[in-house]
Amino acid sequence: MNPRDDILDRVRRRLGRNADNAKPADTQIDAWLATHPEGPRPAVRGDLADLFCEKSRKLSSSIDTVATLAEVPAATARYLASLHLGTRAVCWPQLADLPWGEAGLTIEPRAALDADLVGITGSFCAVAETGTLALLSGPDTPAGVSLLPETHIAVVKASRIVAGMEEAWHLMRAERGALPRAVNFISGPSRTGDIEQTIVLGAHGPYRVHIIVVSGA
Amino acid sequence: MEIRSMRFKANASAKLADAGLQRNLRKAKGKFVDTRAVAIKEIDDFEGTRRAARDLRDRVLKDLDLWLERFETQATARGATVLWARDGAEICRHVVDIARRHGVKKATKSKSMLSEEAGLNQALAAAGVEPVETDLGEYILQINDNEPPSHIIAPVMHKNVEQVADLFAKTHHKPRKTDIPQLTREAREVLRSHFLTADMGISGGNFLVAETGSVALVTNEGNGRMVTTLPKVHVVITGIEKVIPTLEDLSLLMRLLPRSATGQSISNYFSVLTGVKQPDESDGPEHLYFVLVDNGRADVVGSEYHEMLRCIRCGACMNHCPVYQSIGGHAYGWVYPGPMGSILTPLYAGIENAVDLPNAATLCGQCSAVCPVLIPLPELMRKLREEQVERKLRPLAERLALKAWAWVANRPALYALGTWFAVRYLKWLAGGGDRIRVLAAAPEWTAGRDFPAPQGKTFRELYRQRQP
Repeated sequence: MNPRDDILDRVRRRLGRNADNAKPADTQIDAWLATHPEGPRPAVRGDLADLFCEKSRKLSSSIDTVATLAEVPAATARYLASLHLGTRAVCWPQLADLPWGEAGLTIEPRAALDADLVGITGSFCAVAETGTLALLSGPDTPAGVSLLPETHIAVVKASRIVAGMEEAWHLMRAERGALPRAVNFISGPSRTGDIEQTIVLGAHGPYRVHIIVVSGA
Repeated sequence: MEIRSMRFKANASAKLADAGLQRNLRKAKGKFVDTRAVAIKEIDDFEGTRRAARDLRDRVLKDLDLWLERFETQATARGATVLWARDGAEICRHVVDIARRHGVKKATKSKSMLSEEAGLNQALAAAGVEPVETDLGEYILQINDNEPPSHIIAPVMHKNVEQVADLFAKTHHKPRKTDIPQLTREAREVLRSHFLTADMGISGGNFLVAETGSVALVTNEGNGRMVTTLPKVHVVITGIEKVIPTLEDLSLLMRLLPRSATGQSISNYFSVLTGVKQPDESDGPEHLYFVLVDNGRADVVGSEYHEMLRCIRCGACMNHCPVYQSIGGHAYGWVYPGPMGSILTPLYAGIENAVDLPNAATLCGQCSAVCPVLIPLPELMRKLREEQVERKLRPLAERLALKAWAWVANRPALYALGTWFAVRYLKWLAGGGDRIRVLAAAPEWTAGRDFPAPQGKTFRELYRQRQP
């Protein structure tokens, strides 16, 4: 017998599966998938954007707030200058139309390469409960931009900050239908504690995550 | 991986006598305990959340066959290939076949305990594929001649920075350094070049989502993202029990997993991966394979040990176990150490191959008190002990001693006489003190503690005296 049938047959035998009990079980499964019930959730209190910023800082991300998307390039330039990180970056093609040049930045909208030092992304939404960015992969939102460079700058629209991960799934179902290839939840810079439980930032991914919250978008 | 659990007693004694290891263990002790205690307070109803997670896992496991079929249908619809493996040898065969099909020379790996179960690195190397572990801890072990991990979350918990410094200097041919951030940077640079040149990424899977045919991967370092974004082939190796129904269920379990494991509210990277790269996408794998593994799991379904299949591999049980904290993970002799390993090893590798493990516990109950899915670990260990007795796996001397005790205990007069002598003998042995330092009949037992001395009368004598 091939491994698949052998394994499933043994599971079925152990569970006492037969035609009579398979049908009601399948109906229950359909209902579960259709309603996708939530488990108990911690209360999320106060303003979502405030909570998101507070939790993000706890995860070692830095935060800036601007009023409009048009102000993002200037805020980016300020941040890069403050840490002497240069004026070049790669960004999501989705953000290609922002006035980067006016802020004195040289920004290439494309997928990231190993040599790129700064990556700028947007976000599909963000989760206040844990201070987490939710990024979806796609032609205009390549996943590597938030991963390969040493610095990750993420633009978050305040209107897209939701309470919990459950709301992020609701948004994806409502707006996209199916999941993209990769849903990446990012909570602060890459880290490791493998040597003597000493936390070090920048294990394989970015050393720093800077979040620009756009309050009017 | 070779099973060395039958040498547990000798291994544990050696680990207790290893001063260096004891220093490293003392240093790590309690860190995850403290961070977890803080993190679980962020959840208003932690107990309710644990009960919901337990119920969720139980509901899936009672229809596991149907959930696996749902997962397979969804994953296949999104362009993945779902393969099945009965044991470690079949895992290796599948992965080597995939490597050959796509002309793979190098495979980067994110942590996968199942590849440890299978000894996959050796099989890949034999097939001419270079396996590279990319979790910092797993990488340190790989360059130390494929040393096994001693903890499922912190694989090199048993090593100190000096030992890591020696290994890096020897392997990387660079000046020796002992600064932990500098060592981490050195590993980052070495591993980055591997990430960029690998043709295949191999990962485990924290969960499989039936609703969407996805795998959920949790890492802090970002290596899980690297191996699933850069190479053209991605292979997920995971146990059949890892399937859960929906994305909402994933959210529920993710409130418990990082908090229970390292005391983080959430891990840095949590990815839900579905299907292959689309034609207009610039990154992501072109080929995605799932290897769904039995390796002993199917036979636990519906058995008296079925609760063990709820396990979400957080490691809280070993972080809180007084035995694990004293001897470290290697003494357990297989992939999974601590209380979870004391149950999984006999179940997956054979009860006769790990006789000491279910007995290597004080049954203090710390493990089940912290388990995020409420697995009754001490109760399962007790059941395994019972099964050992039923299958005559206990040592002959122990069996004969218990038989003799039962024979005497069934004869009240004889029992009274025996205990009358015994308590007086022990009192004499204590020489007027309240404890016996060395018990000739059980010298091992008194090696680590004293035997409290009886006061000279049996319970039945005292009881009779106090009757009005």
